[in-house]
Amino acid sequence: MIKGHIHSLETFGTVDGPGIRFVLFMQGCLLKCQYCHNPDTWNLEGGKDMTLEEVLAEIEPYINYYRTSGGGLTVSGGEATLQAHFVAELFRAVKERWNLHTTLDTNGYNDGDKIKDLLDVTDLVLLDLKHINNEKHIKLTGKPNDRMLAMAHWLSDHNRPMWIRHVLVPGINTDEEDLLGLGRFIGGLNAVEKFEILPYHQMGIYKWEALKWTYPLEGVPSPTPEEVTRAYRLIEQGMKEVAADKTVAGLTS
Amino acid sequence: MSVIERETTAAQNAWRGFKPGKWMKEVNTANFIDTNIKPYEGNESFLQGATANTKALWEIVSDLSKKEREAGGVLDVDVNTPSTITSHAPGFLDKDKEQIVGVQGSEPFQRTIRPNGGVRMVITACKAYGFDLPPEIVDLYTNVRKTHNQGVFDAYTADMRNARHTGIITGLPDAYGRGRIIGDYRRVALYGVDFLIKQKQEELKDMEVDVMDVDVIRLREELSEQIRALGELKQLGEMYGFDISRPANNAKEAFQWLYFGYLAAVKEQDGAAMSLGRVSSFLDAYIERDLAEGAMTEEQAQELVDHFVMKLRIVKFLRTPEYNELYSGDPTWVTESIGGMSVNGTTKVTKNSFRFLHTLYNLGPAPEPNLTVLWSDKLPEGFKKYCAKVSIETSSIQYENDDLMRPIYGDDYGIACCVSAMRIGKQMQFFGARANLAKCLLYAINGGKDERYGTQVAPEYPAVTSEYLDYEEVMKRFVPMMEWLSKLYVNTLNVIHYMHDRYAYERIEMALHDRDILRTMACGIAGLSVVADSLSAIKYAKVKPIRNENGIAVDFEIEGEFPCYGNNDDRVDSIATNLVETFMGMIRKQKTYRDALPTQSILTITSNVVYGKKTGTTPDGRKAGEPFAPGANPMHGRDKKGALASLSSVAKLPYEHSLDGISNTFSIVPKALGKEPEIRKNNLVAMMDGYFGSSAHHLNVNVFDRQQLLDAMEHPENYPQLTIRVSGYAVNFIKLTREQQLDVVNRTFHQGM
Repeated sequence: MIKGHIHSLETFGTVDGPGIRFVLFMQGCLLKCQYCHNPDTWNLEGGKDMTLEEVLAEIEPYINYYRTSGGGLTVSGGEATLQAHFVAELFRAVKERWNLHTTLDTNGYNDGDKIKDLLDVTDLVLLDLKHINNEKHIKLTGKPNDRMLAMAHWLSDHNRPMWIRHVLVPGINTDEEDLLGLGRFIGGLNAVEKFEILPYHQMGIYKWEALKWTYPLEGVPSPTPEEVTRAYRLIEQGMKEVAADKTVAGLTS
Repeated sequence: MSVIERETTAAQNAWRGFKPGKWMKEVNTANFIDTNIKPYEGNESFLQGATANTKALWEIVSDLSKKEREAGGVLDVDVNTPSTITSHAPGFLDKDKEQIVGVQGSEPFQRTIRPNGGVRMVITACKAYGFDLPPEIVDLYTNVRKTHNQGVFDAYTADMRNARHTGIITGLPDAYGRGRIIGDYRRVALYGVDFLIKQKQEELKDMEVDVMDVDVIRLREELSEQIRALGELKQLGEMYGFDISRPANNAKEAFQWLYFGYLAAVKEQDGAAMSLGRVSSFLDAYIERDLAEGAMTEEQAQELVDHFVMKLRIVKFLRTPEYNELYSGDPTWVTESIGGMSVNGTTKVTKNSFRFLHTLYNLGPAPEPNLTVLWSDKLPEGFKKYCAKVSIETSSIQYENDDLMRPIYGDDYGIACCVSAMRIGKQMQFFGARANLAKCLLYAINGGKDERYGTQVAPEYPAVTSEYLDYEEVMKRFVPMMEWLSKLYVNTLNVIHYMHDRYAYERIEMALHDRDILRTMACGIAGLSVVADSLSAIKYAKVKPIRNENGIAVDFEIEGEFPCYGNNDDRVDSIATNLVETFMGMIRKQKTYRDALPTQSILTITSNVVYGKKTGTTPDGRKAGEPFAPGANPMHGRDKKGALASLSSVAKLPYEHSLDGISNTFSIVPKALGKEPEIRKNNLVAMMDGYFGSSAHHLNVNVFDRQQLLDAMEHPENYPQLTIRVSGYAVNFIKLTREQQLDVVNRTFHQGM
C-alpha cells in the first residue's frame, strides 16, 4: 500500500489556487529558503504516514464545498514533487472519484520528464520562482535555480497552465535588475495564467524558534505596499519587453 | 356615520392597493405578507446613501454614545419613575429631523427602571453607576408591591439555591426580565390598535366557560391585562401626536406604528432579549405602494429605514455589572430576521432586506439591531453575495438555516435573542439560561461534591476512585448525575416562570400574540466541547486525576493523544452528539410549567467566560477558571484541520434535539477568504451553502485580524463602532470586559497556512 509522508492538512484553503481548496502539505523539502514559514516541513523523515485511502477519506466530506466554489485539491509542502508517485496517484483518484480540479504547488526543483506522470494529472501548477539571479538564489535557498527555470520551460513547452508566484523579500530579491530579469523570463513563457507577488511575512518565525534554529531573516521587514507595487511594475515591464520582442519577431518573420 | 362604518372606511383607505385575502377578516399578518410581498432578485445597486438629516441625527447618537462611555457606561437614569408604556413624556433626538420618533425615557440615552422583575437588581444597578434609588421606590417594591425576584426566592428549594450558588445552573432569569418573547409588532401597523382590542375582547368573551379552573382564570386575567396594555399603547401614540387606533396609511406611518408597538414593549419590559421579529419584508409592501403612488423616493425609503434602525440601536436597559459579566457589551438583542424562503418556494427577500443591511454602511457597523439572515440554498444569488460582502466588511450579521427551520416553524417565524426560532405571534418561550455540563461531569467524578467549594451539592453518588479514569465507569456515574441535574434544572425553571407570569407578565408583547400559543421551555447546556473532549481523553488517552486531601479531583494528568471535537472526527463528534441527545431526552421526561414543550439550546452567549471561571480543571486539559468555548464551538486551538472540518463537527449536532438553537461563532482573517474582494465573497457564499447544506443551524461570521482587536484593546477611542459577532449576537468590542476581550482574541482564527 502506497503511503505519503504528510505534514498537515487544511480543509479551507483559498489562496493556493482557485476557489475553496483542500490543501495537503507534504513532508520534506530539499531547499532551505531563508524566509520559509513552514521549516517544520523540511525534514524528509518527519510527518505522519498516511495511505491514499486515508487521505481521500479526509477530503471526501468537503467535496461539495470544493466543487460549488470552483475549487479543488492543492498539494503543497514541503515539496510535493519529492513524493511525485503518491501525489500522482492521489490526483488520479480524486479525478476519477469526484472530478476534482488538481493543483500542484511546487518549487520546481525537479525534472519535468521525470514527473510527467504527475504533471499529466495536474490541472494547474503553482510554480514558486524564488530568485532569477543564480548566485542570490543559492544564497537564499541553498540550491541553484537552473532546475526551477528548466521546469518553467518544460511547463511552457508542454503548454501546462501555471501560476507563477514570487515571495518578495526587501533587500533579498528587490534589486531593479533582478525584478526586470524575472519579468523578462516570465514574459518568454507560454501558459502563464497568473503572476502573483507574495509579500514576505514573519508569521513563520515561531516555527524556527520552536525548532531552536536561528532565523536568518531576523529584522527583515515585510515589503511596504509601495515596494510591492514597484515590484509588480518592474516585473511587468520586463514581461512587456519580451512580449514586444516577440511581436517584432512575429512581424519580421 | 356609525363607528363601524368609520372604521371600515379607514381600513379601506389604509389597505388601498393591497391584494385582498384572509388577512382582511382576521388578524393574520403572515397571510398579508404572502399575498403582498414583492420578492427582489436583483443586487444592491439601487441602494441610496445617508441623507443629511440621517447624518446629523447619527452625529447626535455618536456624541451621546461617547458621553455615555466616558460616564462609565450609563449616562442618565430616571430613578423616580418606574417605566410603563405611558410613564415618560415624549423624547427626541431632533424633532425636526427624525422620521421615526419615540424613546424609552423622556430623552434619548436616559435609562429607566423596571422593578417588577426585582428591586434589588435595580438598587445595585443604580448604585454601580452613581445613582440612588429613592427610599420610597425601594419601600414600594419591597413592602407594597411584590416582585418576580421575591416570588422566586419564596419558592426556591435549598437544592436550587445551592445549584445557583456553585454555578452548575447559571444565568437564570430570576432577578431580571426573562425576555425572548416577540410581539407581532406588524399587527399594530396593519390593523391599528382598535381592531386588535376588538379581537382580544372577543377572545375574552369566548373564555366565559362552564368551569373556571386555574388555567381559565389566569388566561382571563391575562387577556384583560392585554386589552389594558393595548389601550396604553394607543395613549403612547397620542402622546407623540399620532392616532394609532386606526391602521397605518403609508410607509412612514407603518414604520412608526410598528415602532410604537415595539417601544411599548421595551418601556414595559427589560427582558434579556427584546427581539423585533421579522418586519423588513412586511414593511417593504408599504414602501412599494408609496413608490408606486409616487409618494416616495428610494432615498426617502432608505431614510425611513435608517431612522427606524437608529431608534433600535439606542434601546437601553439598566443592568448590574454582574449581569454585564454574563451578557457582555450592553446587549438588547433587538433581533430582526431577514430573508428566508416562503413555503410556496418564492423568496422572502425584498428590497427592504437590502435596505436593512445597508444601514451598516449609512450608520456604520453596530451590534444592534441583531441582523439575522435566514439562509437558504435557494436565496437569490444577488442577496447571498451582498450578505457576504456586508459580513466581510462589517462582521455584523449572523446566519441561520432557513431550510432547516422552515419545515418546523413555517415561513413566518423569527429569531428571539440569538438562535431561538418561534412562530411570530403564535409561540413564545420560557427562557431557561443553561446548565453547566462540564461541572456536572466533575460532580460525577467527585461524588456530587463541588470541586471549588468542596460542599455536597448533588446527591452523594459514589465517586470515581480508580487511579486512571475508566470511560465506562465515568459514564456510569455521569448519566445519573445528568438525570439529577435535568430534574433540578427544569424544576427551577418552573418556579421562575410561574413567578414571572404572576409578577412581571409581558402585557403588551402578549397582546400582540394569538390567544392560544405554543410555549416552549427553553433549556440549554454549556460546556459541550469541554465535556466531549474530556470524555474523549478518558476514552482514547490515559487520564489520571490528581485528588486533594478531601478526595476531590482538582487536576488531571493526560498521557497520550486523543481526538478533539472540531476536526470532523466521528470518534469524538459522536460523543458530543450523544450528549446533546441524552440530555435532551432527560429534559423531556420532566413536567414543565404550563405544559411547555421542552427544548434546549447549545448557546452560551458570552457567559462561557463566567461558566469557565466557576468550573474547576476538567479532564480535557482545560485549567480551572479558563473559559469554555462559546456555544457549540470547538475549544479554541483544538480544531487543527481548518475551517471546514471545524464547521462539519458542529453541523453534526442534531437540531431535532436542540430546537432552541445551536450557536457557532466563526472567525476568519480576511485574506484566508481569498485574495480579491470578489473571490472572498464567492468563497464565503460557497462556505455557507456547504455548511447549511449539511443541516447546520447557525453561524456568526467575523472577518478581521487578531491584530486589529489587540489594537482596539489598547486604543478603544479609535474603534467606537468596531462590531464583532460573539455567540448569537454582536457586540461593540470596546464595551466588552477585558476578560471577554481576551477570550475573543484567543479564539481560533482560521487563517489558512
